[in-house]
Amino acid sequence: MANEYIIREKYLVIANDFNAAGDASASIKTTLKKIGVNSALVRRISIAAYEAELNIAIHSEGGEMVLLMNKEDIILQANDHGPGIPDVSLAMKEGYSTAPETARMLGFGAGMGLPNMKRCASDFQITSEVGKGTNIQMVFKVA
Amino acid sequence: MTVKELVSLPHFTLANPTADIEKIISDGICCDLLSWVMAKGDADMAWVTVQTHMNVVAVAVLHDFSCIILSENNQMSQDVLAKASDEGIAVIHSDLPSYQICGILYGSGVKK
Ligand SMILES: Nc1ncnc2c1ncn2[C@@H]1O[C@H](COP(=O)(O)OP(=O)(O)OP(=O)(O)O)[C@@H](O)[C@H]1O
Ligand SMILES: [Mg+2]
Repeated sequence: MANEYIIREKYLVIANDFNAAGDASASIKTTLKKIGVNSALVRRISIAAYEAELNIAIHSEGGEMVLLMNKEDIILQANDHGPGIPDVSLAMKEGYSTAPETARMLGFGAGMGLPNMKRCASDFQITSEVGKGTNIQMVFKVA
Repeated sequence: MTVKELVSLPHFTLANPTADIEKIISDGICCDLLSWVMAKGDADMAWVTVQTHMNVVAVAVLHDFSCIILSENNQMSQDVLAKASDEGIAVIHSDLPSYQICGILYGSGVKK
């Protein structure tokens, strides 16, 4: 059955913790490698996971990432508790960034994270509500 | 060229001696914007950058880069270096600017 998950993992992502940011994506990569997902797919999922994780760390008040896998798909969700994105189609544009100066100094803020995710995933859905939060779901076809 | 061959050249020193230096460098990337590197990077690349913080290691690990080359005497703090060692990623110090480092790599045959 398509909704019978072989894997279901959850990772907390803390706001502004640049040192820990990347740990969830590293765990996701390790998990996928361990179960034998092919390396090209692992690479795409890892890139998307990293960008989603860093966005939660840099732009949000904190959130979580969820990794799900059934026979056909690997699903990656990134959910946070706000502040939400006022104009999602603007945020999706390559080069658009509101990253603060502190983050830009570290090399974040190219405005390429969301476009990177979209490019890597077979299906990419983002919904965001100001004051509530942002939810991203990415589906990666296994077969 | 291998990481080992690179660090045998003048101007390049290995910062974490426990790293895997037998890795082959098959291509390079020179950029200080992390998500740009995320988008354009590929396995077995040498990454030339001035960035030295923890996320540099995270990006290098996710891409299976063969090494990180820090230009113009930039250095990582001990905890970042320890993380790179744990992950087996070689960190190489150089006094040269990024531009010249890339020239040396390219001249040594590192190109796709
Ligand atoms: N989880 C989020 N919560 C609030 N705003 C977000 C979130 N994710 C993205 N954004 C907004 O969308 C913009 C574009 O995001 P994107 O990841 O493409 O670029 P960036 O994070 O600014 O830079 P880069 O990812 O290249 O380092 C961000 O600058 C921010 O304004
Ligand atoms: Mg981003």
